[in-house]
Amino acid sequence: MSNGNNENYLIRMFHVYRRYGNNTALFDISLDVKKNEFVFITGPSGAGKTTLLKLLYLGEPISEGQIIVDGINLTRISKNNIPLLRRKFGIIFQEFKLIPTKTVFENVALVLEAADKPARFIQKKVASMLRSVGMEDRQNAFPLSLSGGEQQRVAIARAMAGDPKIILADEPTGSLDAESAEQVIELIRGFNARGSTIIITTHDKTLINKTGGRMIYLKQGRLWHPPNQN
Amino acid sequence: MILRYFKYSFNDILKNKLLNTVAIITIVFSVLITSSIILFFINTTSILNLWKKDVKIMVYLSREASDGNINEIQKIISGINGIKDIIFISKEEALNILKQQMKRQFSLLENLKENPLPNGFEIHIIESFQSWQKTESIASQIEKIPHVEEVEYGQKWLARFSGIINIFKLSGYALGILFFIASVFIVANTVRLVLYTRCDEIEIMRLVGASDSFVKTPLYIECVLQGAVGGIIGLILLFFIFKSFISNVDQGIISELANINFFSLSELLLILICSMFIGWLGCFLSLKNFLKT
Repeated sequence: MSNGNNENYLIRMFHVYRRYGNNTALFDISLDVKKNEFVFITGPSGAGKTTLLKLLYLGEPISEGQIIVDGINLTRISKNNIPLLRRKFGIIFQEFKLIPTKTVFENVALVLEAADKPARFIQKKVASMLRSVGMEDRQNAFPLSLSGGEQQRVAIARAMAGDPKIILADEPTGSLDAESAEQVIELIRGFNARGSTIIITTHDKTLINKTGGRMIYLKQGRLWHPPNQN
Repeated sequence: MILRYFKYSFNDILKNKLLNTVAIITIVFSVLITSSIILFFINTTSILNLWKKDVKIMVYLSREASDGNINEIQKIISGINGIKDIIFISKEEALNILKQQMKRQFSLLENLKENPLPNGFEIHIIESFQSWQKTESIASQIEKIPHVEEVEYGQKWLARFSGIINIFKLSGYALGILFFIASVFIVANTVRLVLYTRCDEIEIMRLVGASDSFVKTPLYIECVLQGAVGGIIGLILLFFIFKSFISNVDQGIISELANINFFSLSELLLILICSMFIGWLGCFLSLKNFLKT
């Protein structure tokens, strides 16, 4: 556990467990993530990387321990406040998770509509986000007509549209070719440079070495190295 | 936000045309059947009330009764407790009334050599005496008077008719409730199917920070709209069926019986609200468990 001023930490985890019946997916995880940090969570398949990410936005319940995200204790959060917690995150999934029946524009706009932003603001913001990921010409296309790289760029635009404090990316380059993967990482780095905290799960060592940033290693649901490298 | 919800609802309706059509058709049938039952009862009840209001006893006299006998009978009847008024109808007057009532079949009466109708009295009973037992007691008193040949009154038939209507009413209510439950069940299943087809979409919406009301409200609007559209179509169909029924039944009979009316504006609105409630309830039941996790 890192020491220091609490205000510097955006995420704090204290002795967190995640159990599925008799199986334990995460054991005694304690770690901190600072504001504007770029963190990789790595480890072999089944190590618990995705589960760890899900706990942060309460995609799954915490079995034991405490997680504090931007001052909110996730074990005490009411059901009604979960959407507000999730708006602090921009989530990028390996399988993109775009809504196939909505256009590129509508997919990105969804985040802002859910946050009850005015229509004119949504129009401008979505256009600007699509421009920043180079997808402004495809705003009326449906996700299934796009390549994997393009879909992931739309997913990044959607993740960033709500100006989240934290970006969670679960194997964002896992299903992309090398060139598309590089573009995606460049985009994410750009957002990190503008102040967002980034947490990426990956088992691509080359990507970690090339990008830099803190590495958290998980093995069989446990932290393999203490997360106090920085 | 509400405009946004309406936009989502309309988009969903367009995307799930078949499911929505099935739900609307069910509501149409439900509204059509229950409303026609209600309409039937409203009209039969009003006819019954109208008939009950004007209970009269017809007294037919024997041919041998002289003018003196007639005056005496009138005096005796007037003295019976519960009689409001008594009108003498001579056999000539009775024949004239019959001629007027028969209108087109008037020629049948032309060839009569002598008037077959008897002299008689039309007796009206005061309101507090208008029950089956009291009418029967008055009738039996009149029957005992000499020269009274026949006493006729509709109460007995009305009592039986009311009984039949009440049985119909009960089965009508049962049928109405059955259709209500069926409609709610079908709307609930329609919503459930929509939810299953949109499971991933709803999950994504929730992951990007959409609240439960953001997910639910468009579905509620969709179901209430289904209810409203189903209700309106059902009532329009019922109106045309009612019109064609009225035009196919002899106008003379209808005006003789009573005024047969369609629903009033407030009744129409009430039915519409009920059909919208069916939509809402169907949605509520299927959403109740869906977003719990």
